[in-house]
Amino acid sequence: MFRFIVRRLLQLVPTLLGLSVLLFIWLRRLPGGPETAILGERGTPALRAQVRRSLGLDEPLLIQYGRFVKRTLQLDLGTSISTKREVTTEFLLRFPGTVELTITAMIIAIGVGIPLGYLAARRRGTWLDHASVGGSLIGICVPVFFLAYVLKAIFAENLGWFPSSGRQDPTIGATHITNFFVLDGLMTREWDAAADAIWHLVLPGIALASIPLAIIVRITRASVLEVLGEDFVRTAESKGLTERTVRGRHVLRNAMLPIVTVIGLLTGGLLSGAVLTETVFAFSGIGAFLYEAISNRDYPVLMGFILIIALFYVLVNLIVDVSYSLIDPRVRVR
Amino acid sequence: MRASTRKAAIAVTAIAALAAAGCAESDRDDSGGSSTKDTLVFGVAGDPKVLDPSFASDGESLRVARQVFETLVRPEEGGTKPTPGLAESWQPDAAGTTWSFKLRTGVKFHDGTDFNAEAVCANFNRWFNSAGLMQSPDVTPYWQDVMGGFAKNEDPELPPSLFKSCTAKDPTTVDLAFTRVSSKIPSALMLPSFAIHSPQALQQYDASNVTGTADDIKYPAYAMQHPTGTGPFKFKSWDLANKSLTIERNEEYWGDKAKLKTIVFRTISDENARKQALRSGDIQGYDLVGPADVEPLKSEGFNMLTRPAFNVLYLAINQKGNPALAKLEVRQAIAHALNRQALVDSKLPPGAKVATQFMPDTVEGWNPQVKTYDYNVEEAKRLLAAAGASNLTLRFHYPTEVTRPYMPNPKDIFELLSNDLKAVGITVEGIPLKWSPDYLNATTSGSNHDLHLLGWTGDYGDAYNFIGTFFDRPKDEWGYTNKPLFDQFQDADTTADNAQRVEKYKALNAAVMEFLPGVPISHSPPAIVFGKDVTGVKPSPLTDERYSTAEFK
Repeated sequence: MFRFIVRRLLQLVPTLLGLSVLLFIWLRRLPGGPETAILGERGTPALRAQVRRSLGLDEPLLIQYGRFVKRTLQLDLGTSISTKREVTTEFLLRFPGTVELTITAMIIAIGVGIPLGYLAARRRGTWLDHASVGGSLIGICVPVFFLAYVLKAIFAENLGWFPSSGRQDPTIGATHITNFFVLDGLMTREWDAAADAIWHLVLPGIALASIPLAIIVRITRASVLEVLGEDFVRTAESKGLTERTVRGRHVLRNAMLPIVTVIGLLTGGLLSGAVLTETVFAFSGIGAFLYEAISNRDYPVLMGFILIIALFYVLVNLIVDVSYSLIDPRVRVR
Repeated sequence: MRASTRKAAIAVTAIAALAAAGCAESDRDDSGGSSTKDTLVFGVAGDPKVLDPSFASDGESLRVARQVFETLVRPEEGGTKPTPGLAESWQPDAAGTTWSFKLRTGVKFHDGTDFNAEAVCANFNRWFNSAGLMQSPDVTPYWQDVMGGFAKNEDPELPPSLFKSCTAKDPTTVDLAFTRVSSKIPSALMLPSFAIHSPQALQQYDASNVTGTADDIKYPAYAMQHPTGTGPFKFKSWDLANKSLTIERNEEYWGDKAKLKTIVFRTISDENARKQALRSGDIQGYDLVGPADVEPLKSEGFNMLTRPAFNVLYLAINQKGNPALAKLEVRQAIAHALNRQALVDSKLPPGAKVATQFMPDTVEGWNPQVKTYDYNVEEAKRLLAAAGASNLTLRFHYPTEVTRPYMPNPKDIFELLSNDLKAVGITVEGIPLKWSPDYLNATTSGSNHDLHLLGWTGDYGDAYNFIGTFFDRPKDEWGYTNKPLFDQFQDADTTADNAQRVEKYKALNAAVMEFLPGVPISHSPPAIVFGKDVTGVKPSPLTDERYSTAEFK
């Protein structure tokens, strides 16, 4: 198991290197550069050239890339052109928000999705089955930003039950240590701050959960149905095991493999940031920030963030692979 | 499975124990509670970039700086004219190159040190002696815009400095000497970038130590955490993770103390999200109100403030790429073809006006008697025929995916104007381009853009900042060379006497409208909104709103 993990981690090196070259070339090939975004109406060809020179963008690509690699190896991802803060600082400021949002969304998606999918499979053909399959279709089809707007209009603007935007009420003056606001609130025993942060997570969490929830319902249903038809389930039932044992030890456990794969992929996807949800709820995460970085041609942020996200994606997948062996001893690697 | 469940249980218990033990100190002060009636949360479109306004050019950094810092000269409240700030009075010498400022007494910086003539000189010398990365146009944009270069220019392409020296004659008198007469003084000194900092804080927090490399600039602690000025508010904290910045009343302020104890600037970049946050009570005001939201919010009872217009939208005409456009008659025909009043009435926010010249009437030098070009289809057709250009085809560039304060909806504006042009027989080829970078690049370089929409929001209240920026030298945007006009600008810029200069600006506005390099379209007032129970803020054309006068009803 240990060697498996090490081997997988070593595979990261060529992956990230290749990605960085591709990204570097691709970003510099985009028309225009950060100087246009910086100068706006004030730009003249001479001024733009001056800003490009000051940003080191007039040098040959190879030299720029060399400088990037050298810095990155020293764990320095450079400074954002638009915010002037270090890319790693920016990441540490925004990634916790995205992680909190992802966890919230996945708790909702898994907590509702697996039981619902399981029940739909057990009661195939009943109204519950039709409702959850139909509902999940709607969940996949409704655009996230539309759902986000509707949730916000009803529960924040009209009813006032939830805040409409942000991660925490700034007037409570909460202490931030890790930038995971819920964790910070618990650690500093500022219970109101933690509760407020959770409160802010509910609406965007539901909006973001809609698609993963729908997918999990459908996968769980299909997977459970397949396992229910297997010979070993009939055997287990016929040798007199209780229904509870059959379901828990045999059906669900065997049905979990594809579900876990999908959950891993979905989580990895959510971690790269939910641009629309974050924008609608003015929720400070990496999705909205990356989106702004593209229009500002903020090369260091784009390079740094995408590489870190790629790293996380690979790590999440590694965790998924490792969890296979916990669920199913047959695929245990040595 | 069993073992891992046990491990997970241990982990969860450990985290819970850690949390319960309170492994970290809360740094919240006791007053941290939300007594809402002395705290205003204001929604802004972006995070400030830097808290030292010397390095800032973005509106959000300047908004904070305007509350925390003060300048020698400041715009009159709600206007653009220079009025006393930290200086009570000022006047130039006979040559117009040395300006003497009489300073206010009894003013203290937030760190308790005294404000005096030496402090002023320490600030000017700091800017003037900028070295290394502080000479990057990205770091000191407004100094370079106003003063040109530095004591020792490191980039040979930087122009020589307009600023020459600062002399503290006595504790309350300071002389600023310049290398030549310039229209920018004293108006430009109203920019927050020329705000006066505490020399002690500058030194203590290493304010001039901009490090890193050209493409990787790192600002010193002063610029990120310790801005120290004389303003009615003190900087308190900047919560980057929660995207909010808090300032607090300066109890030792020399003038009228701020009415509210705390102002929180909260970043909500999406315009709709700001509107919804205001409606749901998360925030009690926001800036950059969408033109379409002005009337609805007003009718809901929100306190909608309309700033006097300090911008201009124009249709630029490029004379280089298309020989027909070099003919005055053709440009006049285009001007007559446009129904600008209809555009202002239907597409711009309430309070917008048709422009008769390339600057708004809030700036001195605006001329009520320039040549005007009324909407007149017949006259336009006649002029086109006279110029032998009845079969004209024009490439009309317009930007997409952008809203500017002077141009809320470029595509609508383009469609209206191009229909007007088609009505007089001009064939219009619409060319939509993404604002940044394609559109800005295409319209300010080369000569492929026959017509395009662009505009400008003034930096400070001097006519040169408008018409000089556009027309005082050959530019690819317009594609003409007009030596007499350029000379006339040069002459106005170097006139020290304000009254004389204003007369010359009036003459320039008349000359520009005779020459008609483009057609000025409109001036739009940007709006800023506050909650139903918030009063006291006066809208400023320069966006120099003072939050110290804000209060809850």
